Amino acid sequence: MDKPLPTSLPTPRDWTSHSPYIHPDYRSTVLRGPKRPLLPIKAHMADLAAPVYGHEDLGELDHDLTRNARRNGEPLGERIIVAGRVLDERGRPVPDTLVEIWQANAAGRYVHKVDQHDAPLDPNFLGAGRCMTDSEGRYRFMTIKPGAYPWGNHHNAWRPNHIHLSLFGSTFASRLVTQLYFPGDPLLALDPIFLGTPEKARERLISKFTLDVTEPGFALGYEFNIVLRGLAATPMEK
Amino acid sequence: MTPGQTPSQTVGPFFAYGLTAEQYGYPFTSLFPPRVAEPRARGEHIRVTGRLFDGEGKTIPDAMVEIAHVDAEGRPVTSRDTAVASGFRGFGRCGTGTSADQSFEFHTIKPGVAAPGTAPHINVIVTMRGLLVHAFTRLYFEDEAAANAADPVLASVPAERRATLIAKRIALPEGVEYRFDIQMQGPNETVFFDL
Ligand SMILES: [Fe+2]
Repeated sequence: MDKPLPTSLPTPRDWTSHSPYIHPDYRSTVLRGPKRPLLPIKAHMADLAAPVYGHEDLGELDHDLTRNARRNGEPLGERIIVAGRVLDERGRPVPDTLVEIWQANAAGRYVHKVDQHDAPLDPNFLGAGRCMTDSEGRYRFMTIKPGAYPWGNHHNAWRPNHIHLSLFGSTFASRLVTQLYFPGDPLLALDPIFLGTPEKARERLISKFTLDVTEPGFALGYEFNIVLRGLAATPMEK
Repeated sequence: MTPGQTPSQTVGPFFAYGLTAEQYGYPFTSLFPPRVAEPRARGEHIRVTGRLFDGEGKTIPDAMVEIAHVDAEGRPVTSRDTAVASGFRGFGRCGTGTSADQSFEFHTIKPGVAAPGTAPHINVIVTMRGLLVHAFTRLYFEDEAAANAADPVLASVPAERRATLIAKRIALPEGVEYRFDIQMQGPNETVFFDL
């Protein structure tokens, strides 16, 4: 899969859509977020190359987390489909781009060794998956609805149900690491990570339940469209 | 029109079994291992290592570092076929949770000059629990003093902060290592760019 270099500069990061680095309600930001202003940088085209990969790098079941780690049966929990499109800011599809996800199991437990939450692991569920968008920017995962889990940020802190996502897009600058939430979750109003995002942009993080994605008799469907930084309309000066 | 950029959220503490599975020993393949260049790749083979420090000077054990750079001739990798043929992938990932001292370690080649008048460099993305938006920085090489002095990006950085972008060269029996520590905060906070 060829990833030609961009012919114009990336559109800027829209800081009105993203959290500040220091968001004291989310305690870990206080000592880890950069405190000095970011410096502007004039990137050269060679610095904007996106990572290269292809459909042949992915396993046949990478997109299906209900099947990609089975040992002796099916994973427990509520099967769901998460699907949508990856678009740039002008609404154009981002084709052939990698979407990586990871999540807790139905009980709210991560496979990660550091996760000490007293909830069961599922021998048939890893919680990691990936796929590439098609020529129209569409992607689709089959998975298990992740459970909520407690964390140490403050007394009685619980993360809302969420799925972590990582995307590259068409340039090095369009990198995005984010989380997808579910509609109607009462924990959203209490979650300092979700609330770090400026209010006007928060709903972009919440997937939509839709019968269009739901498979009759099998799994509920949630739609989640992702908007990455695109390229400016004006070509780059030579 | 779209609703606007999807907001960034933290990578959280539990990314390893998805994004860096092989490094951490989880049963999932890794598309971007810390070995960016196979032994057969052309160029000077180097290791790039470092640690990340928080505002209290403590090492950060749950960060993920991604590096991207051009090949030894200064060309970006723009196709998977080229990467497979040359043994140089151009992009790698490493978590800081598998070594005793919380360092990251890449095996790669020293990049060439991508454009006249610029110094060899590695583009770096840093992400971790507690970072709501990933951060971009750049690694330049200590032993490229003349090229560094002419580099327009380095020149745009206030002189007293430039040292945060320069990796130290250490010649070891097993090969050359460049050491690049990243300070998230503090008097020597690493320069991060709004790329
Ligand atoms: Fe999480």
